[in-house]
Amino acid sequence: MSFPKPEFSASEPIVMDLRDPPPRPFAGLARRASATAAAVLPPALTLLILMTVWQLLCGDSYEGLPSPSRIWLESRELIVDPFFDRGGVDKGLFWHIVTSLKRVALGFSISAVCGVLLGVLIGANRWAHRGLDPIFQVLRTVPPLAWLPISLAAFHEANPSALFVIFVTSIWPIIINTAVGVRNIPDDYVNVARVLRLSPVEYFFRILLPATTPYIFTGLRIGVGMSWLAIVASEMLLGGVGVGFFIWDQYNASRISDIVVALAWVGLTGFFLDRIVAFAGRIVSRGNALS
Amino acid sequence: MAKAYLSIEAVGVTFQKGASRSEVLHDINLQVDQGEFVSIIGHSGCGKSTLLNVVAGLIPVTTGAVILDREAVEAPGPERAVVFQNHSLLPWLSVQENVRLAVDKVFAGKKSAAERRDWTLHNLDLVKMTQARDKRPSEISGGMKQRVGIARALAMQPKVLLLDEPFGALDALTRAHLQDSVMEIQTALKNTVLMITHDVDEAVLLSDRIVMMTNGPRAGVGQILSVDLARPRDRLAVAGNPTYVGGRASVIEFLYARRAA
Repeated sequence: MSFPKPEFSASEPIVMDLRDPPPRPFAGLARRASATAAAVLPPALTLLILMTVWQLLCGDSYEGLPSPSRIWLESRELIVDPFFDRGGVDKGLFWHIVTSLKRVALGFSISAVCGVLLGVLIGANRWAHRGLDPIFQVLRTVPPLAWLPISLAAFHEANPSALFVIFVTSIWPIIINTAVGVRNIPDDYVNVARVLRLSPVEYFFRILLPATTPYIFTGLRIGVGMSWLAIVASEMLLGGVGVGFFIWDQYNASRISDIVVALAWVGLTGFFLDRIVAFAGRIVSRGNALS
Repeated sequence: MAKAYLSIEAVGVTFQKGASRSEVLHDINLQVDQGEFVSIIGHSGCGKSTLLNVVAGLIPVTTGAVILDREAVEAPGPERAVVFQNHSLLPWLSVQENVRLAVDKVFAGKKSAAERRDWTLHNLDLVKMTQARDKRPSEISGGMKQRVGIARALAMQPKVLLLDEPFGALDALTRAHLQDSVMEIQTALKNTVLMITHDVDEAVLLSDRIVMMTNGPRAGVGQILSVDLARPRDRLAVAGNPTYVGGRASVIEFLYARRAA
């Protein structure tokens, strides 16, 4: 059965606007240009000012922190061509970042799955909460690097150790946020599930997971940031390809300029990781504003 | 004596929190016949919602029992569908999906997928929500949400429909609309209904009987009033009817005069 859609008289002025094209492209263009300028100009200007101050402070001296102009001179190849590959660890920064991202993807995926499951457990079960929460609260304050010797002792190899450090660093915010989300499921939803006699599995997928999604993604967002912190730290000690080791390697070779370039890459990558998870969260929890 | 369809027998509820005990309901007895519309009215905090939740099975009885169609109520179930005061639709599902969730659960294995879809649409049509079926709860008004809540409950084909102040959060005009809808549906389907309300007009207009509860703690049934008005009832036509006016007066007298005494 279909019903006629109500018509809104308010649509008329828009139609009239469309019939009047001459001023529109310019107005639209100008508006878009000014919006873009408002978003891009302030950070660009701030960056310019910071670089100038940096340049003035460091000058042309060959000691200490290199100035932006010296970084350009010394690391030009690294900046201009991130994709070169001369075998071994002599690769462009892009490849180092990709290798690190692969490790993060794996470690973070494991911690996302385990974190959500553990979070559900301590959120839903009072005894699990009482038993595990204090331990988690202590463990989550242990810095990533402190886990490294322990994981090396346990796994003997570099790769699983790096994965474990990522895992153990990023899991806590996921657990804690998921648990908070589970404990905050409104009683109404629980009552609906009880009246419908949903089985535990149905309850998990139809009620608990969707109701907790916004909390889970808050945890995932914090977690992905922390896992990126951990990868750089752990690769520094592990060696091989990866942006963390690249930084360490350049430090040993006293190529501070290259490190600055790598830091810019690390920062930008972390920023995009955060945005990607935030975007995914918005899509998945679409329409789940608490109403 | 033959047992009524829904029988609330000597029900008492005591909540215990740590060392403090509070007896909310004391020795409630109520018999409801099949197809009867019974309202429960009382002041805020008198435990009328607790009583409804006991019938729903959401709160266990401390003493006594609730018997529906010769079976004791021990847990919540779809044969005692509840329309909650704040609609409690799941915000991540569309209107249709909210009803469908209940239909899929209740009629799994009894109806085919196509039949379940038709049954969902039929119930949305009953509350005049077919148009908005693909909207999400956040996109529709409070009255519409409550309509969907009613459709979801009706779709379970409950033995008794439990309404927990279903119109409490709505403005007067929307409320009147919904009351008319509920009366129409009740006339058509002959559901057994137990409704909590604090609105005297609503109680008199909709009910066959009105149960007036005394104030808590230890709330009980104070008085039961039969409303002998022919159905279908028209809110304009009954407004001057002596039975309506008299019923209204005696409920108000119970709620306010006795309380002061």
